[in-house]
Amino acid sequence: MDIQNGQVVKGINFVDIQRAGDPITLAKRYVVEGVDELVFLDITATIENRKTLIGLVNEIASQINIPFTVGGGISTKEQAIELVRSGADKVSVNSAVIKRPELVSEIAQGLGNQCAVVAIDTKYEDGEWWVYSAGGRIKTDLKTVEWAREVERLGAGEILLTSMNNDGTKDGFALDITAEVAKEVNIPVIASGGAGAIEHFTQVFTQTQATGALAASIFHYAEVGIPELKQALKTNNISVR
Amino acid sequence: MIAIIKYNAGNVQSVQNAIERLGYKTIVTDDLAMLTCADKVIFPGVGEASSAMRYLIDKGLDKVIIGLQQPVLGICLGMQLLCKSSEEGGVEGLGIFDNEVKLFPALDIVPHMGWNNFSSVKGPLFKGIQLADDFYYVHSYYATLSESTIAVNTYIQPFSAALQKDNFYAVQFHPEKSGKVGELLIKNFLEL
Repeated sequence: MDIQNGQVVKGINFVDIQRAGDPITLAKRYVVEGVDELVFLDITATIENRKTLIGLVNEIASQINIPFTVGGGISTKEQAIELVRSGADKVSVNSAVIKRPELVSEIAQGLGNQCAVVAIDTKYEDGEWWVYSAGGRIKTDLKTVEWAREVERLGAGEILLTSMNNDGTKDGFALDITAEVAKEVNIPVIASGGAGAIEHFTQVFTQTQATGALAASIFHYAEVGIPELKQALKTNNISVR
Repeated sequence: MIAIIKYNAGNVQSVQNAIERLGYKTIVTDDLAMLTCADKVIFPGVGEASSAMRYLIDKGLDKVIIGLQQPVLGICLGMQLLCKSSEEGGVEGLGIFDNEVKLFPALDIVPHMGWNNFSSVKGPLFKGIQLADDFYYVHSYYATLSESTIAVNTYIQPFSAALQKDNFYAVQFHPEKSGKVGELLIKNFLEL
């Protein structure tokens, strides 16, 4: 769930933001439907230099009983610790790590590697997958696979890999870069961006070594049912809860 | 009253929420008298074993924990600290369980993170819980098998998913993060 001003929103290719509901209501629905993990990203936090809302994390933790990750604007170990104390299981860092890579190590040492998720926003341009920062606004000179290896070395416990080219298109995950990153690192990789149908999940789990797949709008708007999705994955011999 | 041990390696909030959702009162404390008189004690933990153990010893909590008479539930690092020793920081544990805690060999992704079911379960903690029920795990170290093992999971190799000896119970997974079945396991413990 992308969160803006306390509400769930959804964009296409990282722009055209639309409202998609109340995070707690959606979260509770997902728990009942059998979602395995939730990710809350405060998408405005970096540019507005705001901290992710601790209040929302408290509220989520008191109402749901599955793991959840929180990200958006986290730039210090102290902020990460505060979120975990409030009930988040993992924190996701992105732009701050591009500016100061040691942050990953600091969070991993303070909270354990499993808490340190590094979100990588990637875009294919001129024959290369480049890393973007600030919620997809700023192109960096980092190449995605090299950056993934680097954050693993720094102590990341998980990579949340979002293809900006695919995000919101519902045309399927970016299989090539997901496969390449998942092959190169020995930590869980969550594929994100582009899920539009059940077969996209089957593809990402059979054609890449991604350990998880993230989707937003198709679940928010109930275009793909989670029980049906899991049944379809099981039918394809993909091990799921 | 359900006491949750307060120390430097807690994911206390989620455990407390889970118990309170079941209608029980909780207190997060490191006070000897409070811990001793609680109906049940939860020993949670997310963190690093040797620094957590050092903290327990500094606060005198090590002796308090091993002397508890009521049902005690160790979760994740809490479970590992109840074992004989841990490779994490090369530390001696509280020794309730005769198991060693070892680092997973890097034959698959470490940490073991995600939902997983069992190859065997037994005892009152698992009342109403099936082998196929998935619980949520996040760990890089595992407890070896012993006669105290009451649930076995296999990731890279078989390990103790749960342990029990006398009034001490312990689980490697996070029942507070395991949805409905996790709630059932916590309820089973609270009703012991």
